[in-house]
Amino acid sequence: MRPNHLSRRQVLLQLLAAPFLADALHAQSSAGPLSATAIPHGQLLQPEELNRELQSGAPRPLILQVGSRILYDEDHIPAAEYAGPAASPDGLNKLRARVASLPHRQAIVIYCGCCPWDRCPNIGPAWRLLHQMGFTNVKALYIADNFGTDWVGRGYRAQKSE
Amino acid sequence: MPCVLALALLFSAGGGHAAESLLNRTAPDFARTTLGGTPIRLADFRGKVVLLNFWATWCAPCRVEIPRFTEWQRQFGPQGFQVLAVSMDDDPSPVRTFVQRMHPNFPIVMGDARLGELYGGVLGVPVTFLIDRSGIVRRRYDGGPVGQDVAGQIHRLLDATPTRPHIAVALSRPPLP
Repeated sequence: MRPNHLSRRQVLLQLLAAPFLADALHAQSSAGPLSATAIPHGQLLQPEELNRELQSGAPRPLILQVGSRILYDEDHIPAAEYAGPAASPDGLNKLRARVASLPHRQAIVIYCGCCPWDRCPNIGPAWRLLHQMGFTNVKALYIADNFGTDWVGRGYRAQKSE
Repeated sequence: MPCVLALALLFSAGGGHAAESLLNRTAPDFARTTLGGTPIRLADFRGKVVLLNFWATWCAPCRVEIPRFTEWQRQFGPQGFQVLAVSMDDDPSPVRTFVQRMHPNFPIVMGDARLGELYGGVLGVPVTFLIDRSGIVRRRYDGGPVGQDVAGQIHRLLDATPTRPHIAVALSRPPLP
């Protein structure tokens, strides 16, 4: 009886996890630029969640902006580092170099916000690179429209580069 | 007077989140050199309806807009319409490549964070402003590609005020961003 019960639980868990695994496999196997929409839902972080986390005093994740330098200079999440536009090979190299020495369990949040989520050229490649490098605790900040609307426009703290 | 009020109501709707304060105010002036090497200043276009577009080569909706703006420039230019594009690319080289391929018929300058801040925050592209012949910001559009509704607004602005010759008044002007 007990083995059967465990087996049913396992099957149930596998069924629940299937969509996420399928998403992840699809994202990893895609060639070329990776759309942000291919990032598994379970690895997205909503702006309100990150804002709450930053205000809670809890240990901060490493926050990396992986888009435009100009937009970063204009306004960015406090303590976020600029990591280069991940749509370009140079940008990916900068991101790779920044995280190369970090443990794979390091909590990392990546964000861009240059364009609407489904048009962002940077967030997908950045997520894929970190995934391929073996990082297991990466979240992508879900910015539906742009950083202005979905972060600054909501009154969340932002800062300009000096 | 009723006409002025109607126009004020017409253009008070819409616009973006961060730059509401710019609406119905004088467009912040700035000076830049175009990719072609020509110095330009926004105030030099006073007397024309200006479409000021913040864009970038890495932005898909922006790339869709450029041919549209080229067409509008061709179509409305003789009536006193001018497109001015500000690239928010970090580096001008992809912009030059894009220009060589697309042949836009309007000036393109490189932007920066200061210019974005001057326009109420350009924290995502495209962002497009419509500026009337008097240099007043009448619309802000966040996101894109913009469509025929914008062409309609351009029509209204072109019709709203007669073309006036621009008179350059200041010989020594303060430095601009």
